[in-house]
Amino acid sequence: MIKTQELEINLGPQHPSTHGVFRMITKLDGETVTSVESKVGYLHRGMEKLAESRTYTQYIPYTDRLDYLASINNNLGYVQTVEKLMGVEVPERAEYLRIIFGELQRLASHMVAIGTGSLDLGGFTPFLYTFRDREKILDLFEMTIGGRMTMNMPRIGGIIEPPEEFWPALNKFLGEMPGSIEEYHGIITGNEIFQARTVGVGIISPELAEQIAVTGPNLRGSGIKWDLRKNAPYGIYDRFDFEVPVGVNGDCFDRYIVRVREMEESIKIIHQAVRDIPEGPTFAKVPKLIKPSVGEVYHRVENPRGELSFYIVSDGSTKPYRLRIRGGTFVNIQVLPYVAPGWKLADVIAILASLDIILPECDR
Amino acid sequence: MPQYGSGLFVSIAHLIRGLFGGTTVTADVVMTVINSLIIWALIALAALSLILLERKVAGWMQLRTGPNRLGPRGWFQTVADAMKLLGKEDIFPAAADKWVFGLAPMFVIGLSVMVMAVIPYGKGMVPVDLNVGIFYLLAVSALTTIPFFMAGWGSNNKFALLGGMRAVAQMISYEIPLVFSLLGVVMITQTFKMSAIVNAQSHVWFILLQPLGFVVYTIAATAETNRAPFDLVEGESELTAGAFTEYTGMRWALFFLGEYANLFIVSAVAATVFLGGWQGPFLPGWIWFAIKVLFMVFLFLWFRWTFPRLRVDQLMHFGWKVLLPLSVANILLTGVGIYIYQLIYPAIGG
Repeated sequence: MIKTQELEINLGPQHPSTHGVFRMITKLDGETVTSVESKVGYLHRGMEKLAESRTYTQYIPYTDRLDYLASINNNLGYVQTVEKLMGVEVPERAEYLRIIFGELQRLASHMVAIGTGSLDLGGFTPFLYTFRDREKILDLFEMTIGGRMTMNMPRIGGIIEPPEEFWPALNKFLGEMPGSIEEYHGIITGNEIFQARTVGVGIISPELAEQIAVTGPNLRGSGIKWDLRKNAPYGIYDRFDFEVPVGVNGDCFDRYIVRVREMEESIKIIHQAVRDIPEGPTFAKVPKLIKPSVGEVYHRVENPRGELSFYIVSDGSTKPYRLRIRGGTFVNIQVLPYVAPGWKLADVIAILASLDIILPECDR
Repeated sequence: MPQYGSGLFVSIAHLIRGLFGGTTVTADVVMTVINSLIIWALIALAALSLILLERKVAGWMQLRTGPNRLGPRGWFQTVADAMKLLGKEDIFPAAADKWVFGLAPMFVIGLSVMVMAVIPYGKGMVPVDLNVGIFYLLAVSALTTIPFFMAGWGSNNKFALLGGMRAVAQMISYEIPLVFSLLGVVMITQTFKMSAIVNAQSHVWFILLQPLGFVVYTIAATAETNRAPFDLVEGESELTAGAFTEYTGMRWALFFLGEYANLFIVSAVAATVFLGGWQGPFLPGWIWFAIKVLFMVFLFLWFRWTFPRLRVDQLMHFGWKVLLPLSVANILLTGVGIYIYQLIYPAIGG
């Protein structure tokens, strides 16, 4: 007797489009996905536990390894949490430099998101276009601190002062960016096949996004205007004039276009910061040995992949008593089982790409 | 001789006839052997040079240099890659259907050789000038579906099976517009013979008479060769490598060779049927032919490195709802055109 059976496919942990070691147990009816079960944790390194045996300063490089495409944003989140705990006042110039580097890092991260998103749809060329521009940003970082990926740049109480040649190079980069974004629109946004693959695909409704607590561009793609830089400004973000772009339908295309618009807004922020940056010291007077008083603190920042927040409990020693991290990816990835069923196998890859996951932050 | 070097095959045949004292049978046998050797050499040459060309063009489109280390400007890179693949272990998966799995790559390359036999490379340079040339070509190239499905089924792997399923669905769907797009030309020339179709284009190329046919052919041919934006059989972002997931070493390389041989074939057919084949001023015919083939190849490379991949249902919709009606409309238009032409010039009938 002939019978039909669901085909169960194991996408990951080793698969070209799972962006690391994410695993999806996918059930297929022909090419149509009937259910997706997501498995995380293949990259668990015990980041939170490690903090308990490191001093506050020693832990900064570990935060680089959370979301390795946005290491400066991670550093900033952690460093600002500790500063909040200690009540440190950061010098003006350092605040502006943090904005500049943080937004540069956001640009670099969104470039990867857009490029690999296109790669997952089979378009290889746009990927190299975005990486060409990311290269320029990484060169700026290298010029400043020597590193390119995990730079460990912000410190508790300040940030490193970039060299003289940084400023002309930054201006040159900012001048080239509008042309590059025009190219992205030409090769990705306006492409008929790209639109056919993304418009209306993988709709995350605003209700679902709120229930699961999706954050970052994925939330804004669903049409909810929520950006911590605007809604709960940290650092000196309240001094800058920028828009929070939102999508309309919450589909893959909206999540893509929100990222591109955010890149434009980031460029605006950097322009303002370069214009207003004052002279002065870049480090506050912070004791060599960081020893916050007993207490606890919660701080959250807007990372390229959603809200990153740190919760630190201090027992008055040089090491945190407990440190808890909330990463954007871990929460965002949870929408997949709700959104993916009913779409084709290739769409699930498109949806996953549009969520822009990064596993080290998810598994910690 | 009007054009120097245009009748390469004819000259060789004359030479052999002279050597063997005019016995036609011996000359024919020798010519057949030479022809098949030349076709094999051509496939190897086409694949090696097209792979290099693809990597160079891709590099140029992607703001990078492409291979540039081995030999002058990296020209020997594909040779080195082929040598590397020869040295790789030939793995048969434990669960695979040994015969089906092992034979599939050979069928791919065998079919390519069979198709290449009927292509007119230059004036008098058709290895086998069948009177049903186009018909034979389409029939044999339609068989290419089978080795892909054999690979998908024989591997006994879920990704490969999905790839094989896609191969069948895609290649059969696009076979029909491909055939219909060439029918317009056959209606005008009233022949299936490849050399006759080229001869019919001595005044005007069929791309001017059949622009719609050319467009439909180019799109359907991209799908037939499984190249982006229709590379769903491989579909590396969802199916890792689709039907070829389990293949290693030389067996995998044969698929690769087959892909580029097919790319050469569809470009050669386009050059023959729509771009006037070896017709052209000043240069020998086979150089004109090579130029036209390279132009078509470049077009296909351009597609590949610009477009993302279509989804499986979009592919089907496009094939059945857009390309097929267009190709049928092309046949209708051609028929009406021929009817009007015959009304004006009643002398030309048939």
